[in-house]
Amino acid sequence: MRIAHPTRALRTKTGTPLLSIEGLEVHYGGIRALKGISLSIDQGEIVSVIGANGAGKTTTLKTISRLLPITAGTIRYDDRDLGAMSTEEVVEAGISLVPEGRAIFPNLTVRENLELGAFHHKHRQTMAETMEDVTKLFPRLGERLGQDGGTLSGGEQQMLAIGRALMARPSLLLLDEPSLGIAPKLAQQIFAAIRTIAEAGMTILLVEQNTRLALSVSRRAYVLRTGEVSLEGDAKDLAKNEEIQKAYLGGV
Amino acid sequence: MNGILAPLVTGIAQGSMIALIALGYSMVYGVLKLINFAHSEIFMMGSFFGLFALQHFAGLNPVLATALAMILAMFGTSLLGITVERFAYRPLRGRGKSSLLRITPLVTALGASVFLQNLAQLLFTARQRPYPRLFAQTRPLIFATAVVVMIALELVVKRTWFGKAMRALSTNEEAARLMGIRTSRVIGITFAIGSSLAALGAILYCLDQGDAYPTMGVGIGTRAFVAAVLGGIGSIPGAMLGGLLLGVLGELVKFSGFEGSVDIPVFIVLIAVLLVRPAGLLGSTRAEKV
Repeated sequence: MRIAHPTRALRTKTGTPLLSIEGLEVHYGGIRALKGISLSIDQGEIVSVIGANGAGKTTTLKTISRLLPITAGTIRYDDRDLGAMSTEEVVEAGISLVPEGRAIFPNLTVRENLELGAFHHKHRQTMAETMEDVTKLFPRLGERLGQDGGTLSGGEQQMLAIGRALMARPSLLLLDEPSLGIAPKLAQQIFAAIRTIAEAGMTILLVEQNTRLALSVSRRAYVLRTGEVSLEGDAKDLAKNEEIQKAYLGGV
Repeated sequence: MNGILAPLVTGIAQGSMIALIALGYSMVYGVLKLINFAHSEIFMMGSFFGLFALQHFAGLNPVLATALAMILAMFGTSLLGITVERFAYRPLRGRGKSSLLRITPLVTALGASVFLQNLAQLLFTARQRPYPRLFAQTRPLIFATAVVVMIALELVVKRTWFGKAMRALSTNEEAARLMGIRTSRVIGITFAIGSSLAALGAILYCLDQGDAYPTMGVGIGTRAFVAAVLGGIGSIPGAMLGGLLLGVLGELVKFSGFEGSVDIPVFIVLIAVLLVRPAGLLGSTRAEKV
């Protein structure tokens, strides 16, 4: 699995935050969806954001990708201010979002969907190499390259959405609810793939309702509650935390 | 040629021209979900640009003169189309409350159409200006142009980065932006392509059967719009099919000896098709997210 971008080197050194959010406030649909959250991710880390529906998880990711306007606070990535950037510039800077509900292009073929992931660099050789990696990671996609994206099952569409994001050769991958609405067996496969991607050195910010799955792959986690960070810490510690067990793990 | 063959051939020629204009409606609808009513006026402007160019190149070989006039008119309408998009539609994009999100640009499109029509009357006066009769037979030219354009367009849409970006944008704008696609640029190029096809259609139409005048876009524009809806608005093959069907249907109606307006049976067919397939013949039946 090749993940580093062939021409764009990161300025951030290992061990310092690749992404840091401070005091982020966002209004969404008339509501104050984020009330000043702060979080950071080091390079090579896999961090998850968990919490109930409406806690502001998706809002956080969409704001990083600059799909939503910022009311207050800063988002810094690799020494740059994302607040001043457009969605397109964020993609070029190396952040790819796999949106909630997958948002693949149903009337384009699987191959075309993947190619569009490489739109911002359009580098032929990089495209061919990444396509090879993606189809190795998700053999089902390799078998269905000529099929329309809309003919895939939900789980396969999720694989396609992740594959498409990898085609951009991002330095930071944002995943929004990759297990949502997917059969448990396929969700396991997708999380195994996420682990493989992380092991190759990718920095991942994962938003997930399935707390158990999320904590099992992450190193650290943030718990969001109605637009605020209510808890943060090591994923292992959080998994043992009584409050978390009661609220999100069904009181095991 | 006699019997039913003659109206069929005439119908296909007519239909190819309608299709060229219908493509502009459909492509713009695809990326913006907007009916660009100003498109019929772009067509009208294209016929004036073509006429002036042909007058300028009067001494040249007719084929060469036509080719040059086509290129110039396509260039002119592209600029005009991009300008309309830039000043009439873009400032409204993403503005307003959700219920008005589609209505405001629609009204603006009607306004742009009225504006361009009146601008043409001011600039060119309302009189009908005859096109030079350059060819004894215009049909071979129409067929050749239509075939070349359709193949070229198919290649652009299927094989190029722009084509993929355009298709991505028409299915999901947010996802397209997440690919790093600069949507404003794609929209601009779409307007340029649609407008230049309208110029091609305009020159072919005028060479075949008519004069250029400021209100000429109304009749042809409506027909082309119907063709786009019939084929499935937003679908490029749909616009081609709709145009051809409309052309052939119109000629068959004349052939049958029906004495009313050709538009009556055309609209009956449109209504019948939409009753069975509301999205048009080749339109996407997927539910649209609002």
